[in-house]
Amino acid sequence: MSDLNTLTIADARDKLRAGDITSVELTEACLNATAAAEKLNAVVHHTPDLAVEQAKAADARLKKGDAPAMCGIPLGIKDLFCTKGVASQAASAILNGFKPEYESTVSGQLFDAGAVMIGKLNMDEFAMGSSNETSTYGNVLNPWRADGNDTALTPGGSSGGSAAAVAADLCLAATGTDTGGSIRQPAAFVGITGLKPTYGRCSRWGVVAFASSLDQAGPMTKTVRDAAIMFQAMAGYDPKDSTSADLALPDFEAAITGDIKGKTIGIPKEYRMDGMPDEIEKLWADGRDMLQDAGAKIADISLPHTKYALPAYYVIAPAEASSNLARYDGVRYGHRAALGQGDGITEMYEKTRAEGFGDEVKRRVMIGTYVLSAGFYDAYYNRARRVRTLIKKDFEDVFAQGVDAILTPATPSAAFELGQEFDDPVQMYLNDVFTVTVNLAGLPGIAVPAGLDGKGLPLGLQLIGKPWEEGELLNIAASLEDRAGFVAKPAKWW
Amino acid sequence: MLDLTYETPKPKVIQGATGDWELVIGLEVHAQVASNAKLFSGASTEFGAEPNAQVAFVDAAMPGMLPVINEGCIALAVKTGLGLKAQINLTSAFDRKNYFYPDLPQGYQISQLYHPIVGEGEVLVDMEPGVARLVRIERIHLEQDAGKSIHDMDPNMSFVDLNRTGVALMEIVSRPDIRGPEEAAAYVVKLRQILRYLGTCDGNMQNGNLRADVNVSVCRPGDYEKYQASQDFSHLGTRCEIKNMNSMRFIQQAIDFEAKRQIALLEDGKTVDQETRLYDPDKGETRSMRSKEEAHDYRYFPCPDLLPLEIEQGWVDDIAATLPELPDAKKARFVADYGMTEYDAGVLTAELDSAVFFENVAQGRDGKLAANWVINELFGRLNKDDHPIDASPISAGQLGQIIDLLSDDTISGKIAKDVFEIAYTTGRDPAEIVETEGMKQVTDTGAIEAAVDQVMADNPDQVAKAKENPKLAGWFVGQVMKATGGKANPKAVNQLIAKKLGR
Repeated sequence: MSDLNTLTIADARDKLRAGDITSVELTEACLNATAAAEKLNAVVHHTPDLAVEQAKAADARLKKGDAPAMCGIPLGIKDLFCTKGVASQAASAILNGFKPEYESTVSGQLFDAGAVMIGKLNMDEFAMGSSNETSTYGNVLNPWRADGNDTALTPGGSSGGSAAAVAADLCLAATGTDTGGSIRQPAAFVGITGLKPTYGRCSRWGVVAFASSLDQAGPMTKTVRDAAIMFQAMAGYDPKDSTSADLALPDFEAAITGDIKGKTIGIPKEYRMDGMPDEIEKLWADGRDMLQDAGAKIADISLPHTKYALPAYYVIAPAEASSNLARYDGVRYGHRAALGQGDGITEMYEKTRAEGFGDEVKRRVMIGTYVLSAGFYDAYYNRARRVRTLIKKDFEDVFAQGVDAILTPATPSAAFELGQEFDDPVQMYLNDVFTVTVNLAGLPGIAVPAGLDGKGLPLGLQLIGKPWEEGELLNIAASLEDRAGFVAKPAKWW
Repeated sequence: MLDLTYETPKPKVIQGATGDWELVIGLEVHAQVASNAKLFSGASTEFGAEPNAQVAFVDAAMPGMLPVINEGCIALAVKTGLGLKAQINLTSAFDRKNYFYPDLPQGYQISQLYHPIVGEGEVLVDMEPGVARLVRIERIHLEQDAGKSIHDMDPNMSFVDLNRTGVALMEIVSRPDIRGPEEAAAYVVKLRQILRYLGTCDGNMQNGNLRADVNVSVCRPGDYEKYQASQDFSHLGTRCEIKNMNSMRFIQQAIDFEAKRQIALLEDGKTVDQETRLYDPDKGETRSMRSKEEAHDYRYFPCPDLLPLEIEQGWVDDIAATLPELPDAKKARFVADYGMTEYDAGVLTAELDSAVFFENVAQGRDGKLAANWVINELFGRLNKDDHPIDASPISAGQLGQIIDLLSDDTISGKIAKDVFEIAYTTGRDPAEIVETEGMKQVTDTGAIEAAVDQVMADNPDQVAKAKENPKLAGWFVGQVMKATGGKANPKAVNQLIAKKLGR
């Protein structure tokens, strides 16, 4: 059987369990696809030997009938996850040569469930970016191109490598992390599904921290069902992460019933931005109609503090990042600058961090340091925290009014050209305009591919759910996916 | 009721060229929590391990590692708060204090700036019998200790030992209620004593497990009372903070020097700059470490890796039920129950082990006699050997035996001291020593009389002189004691000699 790498998790699972295919075959198909896709620059640390070893072990489990859903499924792991004995650099030069002696809880749970790792995936440095252009490994190329145009496009960021790898069928799915939209925006840019779970659902232990109160790991998959299957293995309480929630997990795949009759979908008026492209407007309206067709009720709602979300996010996230990244000092691991005669500890810090961090990371560390500094703390950080509380309350209010989920565009545009926004940080930050509110409120959000724009590029819609109600969110997302019938694939050029 | 009334000591006054000055002192004491594991990791806190042998991934700030609160440390902090009669905050939170240093791997210390676990409490600082200063505690918060940078092992390199990194510290912050160098030292002594009674900090100052930052300012007589009335700090002088003191003697010396330095500045028409200073014990002076302008901007903010810490009143009550009798109560009880002086009670309760030892000796015996023996004989001997009480070669039971032998006239007071010395050096039982060595007091008047007669017969001239001058009777007593190897009952000897000399 050819093209095993194009299977979904659900299909592969069934074939593996039925004995129609082996994990080794499936894994080799992915490794071959990966080897042939170097141009995309999605996979930055290849682990073929480990993958085959894991696949063999998975086949043994499958043979014994002891096979969880993820058993034998080849995955890509974002470079932000610490993977034992495998380079884990957060796409930063400051972590050059760093190979952790521990396995992140999330990747560990996936491997315990029998999943196979084909390699580590490219991303924006320390997950800071919306175009995957801040990576020390160089940018990722989006497998999609506009019709009749060879211009290189961004896969989005920060989980750009994950998005490109899944869209190009290099692996069946990938892990991502989402601090302000880093799963959902790239998923939308490459036409796949990306789930950002409720804050506290997936352990952050062993995931390199960007902004601790916002970071959340999640699955990036070809379908909504696959997201449910993979999420099941990633989620769960972890006593090693104090912010992880001690809640039992429902069966997320079983929550996908196809029935959303009577569910109320909110359409927030504040997400209708000035200058929003007509195509995005139309996609949003189409999504609304699709859900209505599926039996949902549509309610126009207001989330009045939405406009303050982006500025609040760009205070809180850099503030936490400035502190979280202080540990990269050249003392214990990673890069240490060569020192000159007479250089002391201060020079070591300055040179190491100047050489090791890229411009975007430096920018955010400086912003974060500034907003936390004496005399500015109240004006920026504390005010941003108050805004965050209000944004959270906006959502609580509409959920209390009976709204089950909220439909918004996932991104303000389709994938843009590489370099197009790189020199304009504010323009780049606007990519997160529809997604950051979800992180600030700690809610689950999912991006679902819903159509193509006039140039043949994928566009996504976002559904926002109630806290801890990922099951319901996935069910509604599956209905949207079903009605949208998005089946397009990028034409292979790489 | 225990009598805990006391008078307030007079503040220390320093005479300057322009008049009198008073001191105002507040302390921040850093006490290492006596937990087995660190505040946010399972790594051991044991002292003296090989460098970097006790370091968890999170202590070394490896990427993606997260802190998890050690419940044991919280319990010990709560116990400390209860021991200082302080308010326990059922909700507290951890903040990050950001600064760069090689022995601070995270680049921040996790501390509790905004919401400490313990609020206001108090410490009664004994100065002399009947005189004590009540020092208010402002707060106690938990924080991580830093590691150790070692700069003198290599000419070109510095080394870092992270064993201490992440060990839990309690920072116990006093109000500026301390009014002199002696009071400051006495405050640390008392605080250390309470912590050791509670078992929440071992108080080992040499290892740095208890150290103090001392804030010192000077003001004119009357200014402090204005501050007290209004709690308005503007009545007080500008303070300097002397960092990291780990000796009572140096604390006093540093405060004394610092107060005089500030007074000299003020009398010279200059101002005191608020700054952090270090004490140099070799030169006996403080010197500037960093000024207010150079002070770090620590950029405190709530640690996003930890949720606010919520504890329940029931849990606090359970801890309260385990509180031991504390020094003030024990001291008052010793005075009341054993009839000893406040001074002696203070000596016996200084260390919990001493108090326990004493009570074992005193049980069923005369308390005052037991106190005398423990303080004068035992403590004296232990001090000579530089032994702590828990290394005493003589047990409480053995010391009790000596007191029993003395009380029932089996041995004399002088012999008792010999028995003590033998028991102390050999570990033998006093009763056995007295038996084996034939040290029993001779109370048989017949035997004593024979000895008296023999001495008188041998010294007829002395007998004649003594009959004229009764003061010479003592000479005979000495001779008889000598002849009986010190075992004759001195009272009986005295009586017999007086009778024979015809008095």
